[in-house]
Amino acid sequence: MPSSERSVHHLRPPLSAEDVLPLRSGDPVLISGVIYSARDAAHRRMTEALEAGDTLPFDPRGQIIYYMGPSPAPPGRPIGAAGPTTSGRMDAYAPRLYQAGIKATIGKGPRSEEVRRAIRECRALYLAAIGGAGALLSHRIRCAEVIAYPELGPEAVRRLKVEDLPATVVNDAHGSDLYELARREAGQT
Amino acid sequence: MDGICAVSAGDITEAVESLYCCINTRLRPDVEAALKRALKTEDSETARGVLRILLENAEVGATEGLPLCQDTGLAVAFVRVGQNVVICGGTLQAAVDEGIRRAAAGGPLRASTVRHPLQRDNVGDNTPTLVHVESAPGGDLRIALLAKGGGAENMSRILMLSPSKGRRGVVDAVVETVRRAGANACPPLILGVGLGGDFATAPLLAKHALLRDLAEPNPEPALARLEAEILERVNDLGIGPQGFGGRTTALAVLVEQAPCHIASLPVAVNVECHSHRHGSVTLRGQLLNCPEAKG
Repeated sequence: MPSSERSVHHLRPPLSAEDVLPLRSGDPVLISGVIYSARDAAHRRMTEALEAGDTLPFDPRGQIIYYMGPSPAPPGRPIGAAGPTTSGRMDAYAPRLYQAGIKATIGKGPRSEEVRRAIRECRALYLAAIGGAGALLSHRIRCAEVIAYPELGPEAVRRLKVEDLPATVVNDAHGSDLYELARREAGQT
Repeated sequence: MDGICAVSAGDITEAVESLYCCINTRLRPDVEAALKRALKTEDSETARGVLRILLENAEVGATEGLPLCQDTGLAVAFVRVGQNVVICGGTLQAAVDEGIRRAAAGGPLRASTVRHPLQRDNVGDNTPTLVHVESAPGGDLRIALLAKGGGAENMSRILMLSPSKGRRGVVDAVVETVRRAGANACPPLILGVGLGGDFATAPLLAKHALLRDLAEPNPEPALARLEAEILERVNDLGIGPQGFGGRTTALAVLVEQAPCHIASLPVAVNVECHSHRHGSVTLRGQLLNCPEAKG
């Protein structure tokens, strides 16, 4: 399980099943390319859009959503602190988005059984970034642009260009869960 | 000091602005020391990797003035007002709010406060501050600020235990709170525990307990032993830094107690993340030349 003993996988969206299937819970990954940030309020709006038969602010197929609402960009930087938020709050919306084609989400903390089922069925991933490392993670983001719901401020949807954004696989496409593995190792299940 | 002392609202605003920016960008030395200690005792290489990243994050925050975490928190203030103090030029609430507003704009800090829990429109400037006032003797005004992130706060709990549950019930309540919190609250955690009081007081004690330096043991020996036992039990859970497994689920347990009803044993646990942003400043009141107010 210790991720440091495993080789790092590089992910560059759009992701396919071939990118996702070799990964296992506990694997460290580095993400480069374009990803999208969205959190509570944006998820509600995106889900409403899907229910109304509208399109999402971006083509979800193969893409990665980062559960993150940044602090404002200081002068000369593309973005402020940019660590993950608690993923469980997006559980109500996540299965619908995985079914729409999202291949991975990044956040922190465990997912519901419904989300884990969607991850398995859609051959997708759930990744954790280090919560509270917002200053450090900010350095891996090269560009940030609000592409939808600007009135939501930090909760707007952003298109992020990232380079080697570090994360760890929590839920892989085969049904494994890193948090459960950690508890089992401690004899706590 | 018996005379009436003046503290200006403008000084409060300036002190709050500077303190709130500072706590959001600089990791406290007691937290840094606790993370370094954990790095030495932690067996799991994954856990050590997370701890190293958190220490590196603190360096970036300090050198670049970037907030340690994008969730720059809900602003909470504990203000101890000397009984001889008069605040001139505005109310305490308005003075503190103006300081928080300036810190949010200048930091810049994330707008993280919504005006109404159901309508949820963002206020935009992180006000109002949740101000708790206590009175004290003397002519000083001490402001302790806490930037409380939502992820850890959401995992906090209050239980109204039967007194028969006793000390063991208290330990189990805290351990169960941490087990439920898991990775959501950004471990390694700091746990503020409030024992006693009533349904309103226990959580406030728990929050106030978070202001104590992590290296300071509880002055009451029985509570110091309770803190040590809870910490041991919590770290046996194996949740570890970020929930990836390991010994370091919490860095410290800080307990405060108050008298309570003969039928009650309130236990509140205020869960706090490793960023643990707080600090305090004391403003000395200026003695007013006002002899009739003396004695």
